[in-house]
Amino acid sequence: MSKGEINIQSPLDSKTVSMLKAGDKVLLSGIVYTARDAAHKRLIEAMDRGESLPFDLKGQTIYYVGPSPAPPGHIIGSAGPTTSGRMDSFTPRLLAAGLKVMIGKGSRSSEVKEAIKTYSCVYLAAIGGAGALLSKAIRKAEVIAYEDLGTEAILRLEVENFPAIVINDIYGGDLYQEGKEKYRTKH
Amino acid sequence: MKSINLRLIRSTVASLCQEANYNLGEDVIILLKKALRKETSPQGKEVLSQLIKNAAIAGQEKLPLCQDCGTVLIFVELGQDVHIVGGNLIEGLNDGIREGYRQGHLRMSMVAQPFTSRINTGDNTPAVVHTKIVPGDSLSITLLPKGAGSENMSRLAMLKPAQGRQGIVDFVIEAVEQAGSNPCPPIIVGVGIGGTADKAMVMAKEALLRKTGTNHHDKEVAQLENEILSGINALGIGPAGLGGRTTALAVHAEVFPCHIASLPVAVALQCHSARHKNATL
Repeated sequence: MSKGEINIQSPLDSKTVSMLKAGDKVLLSGIVYTARDAAHKRLIEAMDRGESLPFDLKGQTIYYVGPSPAPPGHIIGSAGPTTSGRMDSFTPRLLAAGLKVMIGKGSRSSEVKEAIKTYSCVYLAAIGGAGALLSKAIRKAEVIAYEDLGTEAILRLEVENFPAIVINDIYGGDLYQEGKEKYRTKH
Repeated sequence: MKSINLRLIRSTVASLCQEANYNLGEDVIILLKKALRKETSPQGKEVLSQLIKNAAIAGQEKLPLCQDCGTVLIFVELGQDVHIVGGNLIEGLNDGIREGYRQGHLRMSMVAQPFTSRINTGDNTPAVVHTKIVPGDSLSITLLPKGAGSENMSRLAMLKPAQGRQGIVDFVIEAVEQAGSNPCPPIIVGVGIGGTADKAMVMAKEALLRKTGTNHHDKEVAQLENEILSGINALGIGPAGLGGRTTALAVHAEVFPCHIASLPVAVALQCHSARHKNATL
């Protein structure tokens, strides 16, 4: 924990993922797709029908975020992570289909943690509630699917040095568990 | 008898929506800075300083503190000598939200039908309104835009009276432990004790409106708040759940008499984006 920051570029491969360990701080640059509950539901329904998805999941990053509208002169509004656990029931299928990185906040189910190991993926957290600050790392944003969902539409973001921290790695590491145990005191 | 025009209510609500979403209260900022000095976890310190930075950016650039601009809770205290003219009060409050959220580039997060179609209402209405009739001739409007990350971690327990004080302490700490990193710690914990199930939950919300970090005026309740707070901060969850001593900034409890057979306890968790603003007309 608490070494320097690791720069990673998205999309990425299993080899890059294998270098990341719970507690590592990363600065992520490249392409990131946004998706929350409603978009996840539609992605899974499209997979059930055998349709192609709005973007190829292979090696990609999904950021669980529903940004606020961009005020004039801004690329995007406030854009911090939403609670990842709501996506848990959809996640293992997306990881099996090639998704590599998830960015959100809050702990994941044991099924998701297993799938992270099985398919060599990584779960990152960004600071919940720091949406104004995090929006500064977003360089470009365009809607690519499900525009009718409003803030829940899928956006293709270009990010530069987006700050996040590794929560769950392919080795079974879990920063939420480790952090809590380290600082827990007898009351 | 004082007359208040609905137009004034509407424009007041519109500006409260924006003020609440852009500007973190000084009471919260002071507690975040205090926590930053006391926090021993390096990661926790970093999170706290980024939250302080986030609040500065939001205020300067008029960007929402958090993209989740919440369900709008409105606590109305209506003086019994006030006459509202120009229309329906609830409609006026919702019109104010419509105007404030649209003009302020705030996120619309309400869906009309909760369990099937879930279509966004497109204007962040309706608000959840709690109204109290009070003596006097003024109208007090307090807005609390409440994000779902923390709201989803709310808890209610109908304890047995025999469980008493310790039962309350244990239940609130357990609620915070189970919520973990989800409600965006450091949090503010609202606790409603007594009344009925509904009354307890409303009190837990009302407790969040108090100036953050101020104890209850009753000494016994204040001691309970302090004990729960130190229990929560011993959990180790820390800022953003990454480990640390600062899991909660404050615990606020409100109490009400209850039935001989009951001991309701409600817990409302508030993320660090503790946005509430008041105006009195």
